[in-house]
Amino acid sequence: MPFIPHTPDEQREMLATIGVDSIEALFEDIPKKFRAAELNLPEGLSEMEVRQKLEKTAAKNHTDLTSFLGAGFYDHYIPSAVDALCSRGEFYTAYTPYQAEASQGMLQAIFEYQTAVARLLDLQYANASLYDGGTALYEAIMMAVRHTKRSRIVISESLNPIYRVMLDSYTTNLKLDLVTVPHKDCHTDMEAMLAALNGDTAAVIVQNPNFFGTIQDFTALFDKARELGIVSIISTYPIMQAILKTPGRMGADIAVAEGQSLGLPLSFGGPYLGIMACNKQLIRQMPGRIAGRTVDKTGQTGFVLTLQAREQHIRREKATSNICSNQALCALRALMYMSLLGPKGLKKTAQTGIERAHYAANRLERLPGVRVINQPFGNEFTVRLPVRAYEVIDKLLDHKFVPGFPLGRYYEGMDNHLLVACTEKTTKQCIGIMAELIGGAL
Amino acid sequence: MKTIFQDSAKGRAGVWPKEPRGNTEADIPAHLLRSDPPRLPELSEIDVVRHFTRLSRLNYSVDSNFYPLGSCTMKYNPKFTEAVAAQPGFTSVHPLIPQLKGAGNMTQGALEVLYETEQLLGEITGMSAFTLQPMAGAHGELTGVMLMAAYHNDKGNKKTKIIVPDSAHGTNPASAAIAGYDVVSIASKDGMIDPDELEKVLDDEVAGLMMTCPNTLGLFECGLERIVKLIHGVDGLLYYDGANLNAIMGKMRVGDVGFDIVHLNLHKTFATPHGGGGPGSGPVGVSQRLVDYLPISRVVKLEDGQYFLDYDYPKSIGYIAPFYGNFGVILKAYAYILRLGREGIVRASENAVLAANYLRKRIEKHLEVPYDRICMHEFVASAARQAEKGVRALDIAKALLDKGHYAPTIYFPLIVKECLMFEPTETESKETLDGFVDDLIEILGRVESDAASIQNAPVTMPVQRLDEVRAARNMELVDDAGL
Repeated sequence: MPFIPHTPDEQREMLATIGVDSIEALFEDIPKKFRAAELNLPEGLSEMEVRQKLEKTAAKNHTDLTSFLGAGFYDHYIPSAVDALCSRGEFYTAYTPYQAEASQGMLQAIFEYQTAVARLLDLQYANASLYDGGTALYEAIMMAVRHTKRSRIVISESLNPIYRVMLDSYTTNLKLDLVTVPHKDCHTDMEAMLAALNGDTAAVIVQNPNFFGTIQDFTALFDKARELGIVSIISTYPIMQAILKTPGRMGADIAVAEGQSLGLPLSFGGPYLGIMACNKQLIRQMPGRIAGRTVDKTGQTGFVLTLQAREQHIRREKATSNICSNQALCALRALMYMSLLGPKGLKKTAQTGIERAHYAANRLERLPGVRVINQPFGNEFTVRLPVRAYEVIDKLLDHKFVPGFPLGRYYEGMDNHLLVACTEKTTKQCIGIMAELIGGAL
Repeated sequence: MKTIFQDSAKGRAGVWPKEPRGNTEADIPAHLLRSDPPRLPELSEIDVVRHFTRLSRLNYSVDSNFYPLGSCTMKYNPKFTEAVAAQPGFTSVHPLIPQLKGAGNMTQGALEVLYETEQLLGEITGMSAFTLQPMAGAHGELTGVMLMAAYHNDKGNKKTKIIVPDSAHGTNPASAAIAGYDVVSIASKDGMIDPDELEKVLDDEVAGLMMTCPNTLGLFECGLERIVKLIHGVDGLLYYDGANLNAIMGKMRVGDVGFDIVHLNLHKTFATPHGGGGPGSGPVGVSQRLVDYLPISRVVKLEDGQYFLDYDYPKSIGYIAPFYGNFGVILKAYAYILRLGREGIVRASENAVLAANYLRKRIEKHLEVPYDRICMHEFVASAARQAEKGVRALDIAKALLDKGHYAPTIYFPLIVKECLMFEPTETESKETLDGFVDDLIEILGRVESDAASIQNAPVTMPVQRLDEVRAARNMELVDDAGL
């Protein structure tokens, strides 16, 4: 029997030890009226058959597309060593490291991951991971609400709209007031943001680079927030953080990010990685696991899960969050990715994406009626087309090109706007073809 | 072992991407750039590989050790599911592709996986519809409670409370509380929810009850039928925590019993790996009256066999994940269900319950088993007797590590003193179970003669017992090497 080692003889011996004469007798507590009829499931398949079937299923996905889709989720090259190391069963078949002495590998890795994240984002502390960038943002808001005991949240409209709709869902039944400040030509409107802050505000949320790709400095906004006792939250893109002014330097209290770009495949939306870092004052509001360094009885260095008094298994309904399972293996991948690239490799990766995006912007701006909206930008930018973005995408799909994301999907009045992303995997040749195809589609 | 930061040397790197040709400084003004590079590790590739290979060896795992961690269902994670999920046809797909008009046909394979998995889980549990978006069990719980709220709000019900038994996982009360409900805890009687006790706290403000069945003691809730009637009697909803589904697959379908909401843990019951703490996947199934409130998007199959993402559900609770859940995890569970099929799914639960009862019967002569009756897929024992002699559940757990076994869950559920919770799963051989019991007997045999050797365990692991108080006090949560 697949995955079940017992022979019929062994099953009989085990039943004899238990003192019943059939496996069925073990289920007698389930009332007769609740007993299930035979499940209407397909016959089991052999391993070979499952693999053949799912090879066919995979082949139904088009993987021969040349894509300029980003919108917060990017196609970066993943070094081979990441997969090789992460495939070790000692990592991926372990549980949450409750028994520290038998889990030092994972615990030290979490500690190293926390360190790498804190250094990348320039804040004191990081946790062991959350589900994704969107739920990390929701948890950041809840931290701010608990910390300030206020309920008003000011959000820039240039925050990823996927996250904004998630925040709407999560806060439906909570007595919170979410205030969205409109963007101004794809930039966070700094004056309007400053004007929106007041003494009732718990948190202010911005994104850098923002959803449209625009890079801005939020130091003045965060300074003002600090004066008013408001928690400053920034959502960011880890690869770009290799070169961009850091959340810490801008004065953010909490930085969150979607960690997918750090060595995780796009994988149709998950599993991804919710990154969270914060400053010292907020550490006890932090949700999720945190590893800490300590010593054993003999004075030898070791690692444990710590500050657990925040967590659900101790505090139950008074916990800072309900999170239990997180994205540990994804965090491990991110740590491996950052360790293999180092500061130089990460910087080069960021710079190459920026170089390609600027080349693409340049090529597109040569087309009649096409204008790049934001300045400055990194590896992603917004162009306004003389026609609807959907129409252009539709035409390019015939050539197996996805030229970007149509901003009209989330922003009223932006039907002609296209969000274009490049990474180190985007070739100049492909950019050239894409520009020609768009030219032909106008 | 040194940290990767302690092993770094400035100027080294593992992977050397090509030099960029552009001029970043010209593209982005200097005041928007960081002043110093992040102090990330700097090692050659072989040293990164050695570092993580060495770290991996410091872990116990299902692949290397028996892992009877109760409530966690640490069954074998079949390797073919990893191969299935690693196919570029799945890993390379951008999640926004199917949201582009005209590109819906480009991800038919991925949408088929989602749709078919929902159907299979629906059949196994008897629920009307599923969402696969929740990314872990607790995330599924929160989604479930949000569904409860949507249902009551829609009906105009004034509901403020959710009832949670004291034997429940800590995530249950935490999920109910963060969704905005007051949590009412009820005491267990003989290890079960006491319907009389439930009746006492029941009123029109009760939104629902969250329960685990079999419960965290591994016992089937005998009062189930009455509990369902009581809760539905106040228009409350019944939530089923699927952490223990591995006990009842093919034996009972929670939808048939009258549960309204169920979350499953694909990383438990459906054999996807735990990853050292995640990623998991916590799909939520609902009864017919809650279908309209499920998160969007939902995968729909058209008459011509095509799949598409439907967002047109005005009563939906909205978006709880950026996309469609932890797709890579869902894919592994799908492959596992296809492999097992109709008979294999039932066989998994039968043998999980067989193994748990066998282990219980062998252990009960040596450790007190407070609920002395047929258990489901797990059971709890108590080291209260040993604790009187100075050997606590924690000590026994640590001594088991020295014998090469991971420890059972300890001190949970909270209602049993010096609790040890064992869940062997269906994938462990009789020899493994016997070897484990023999080792446990040897340890317990030392309680009288040499308690100190148990209290000092472990002594063969990479570290001995760690100072947790110091960790919490000093808060050394990041490395300072190389700064």
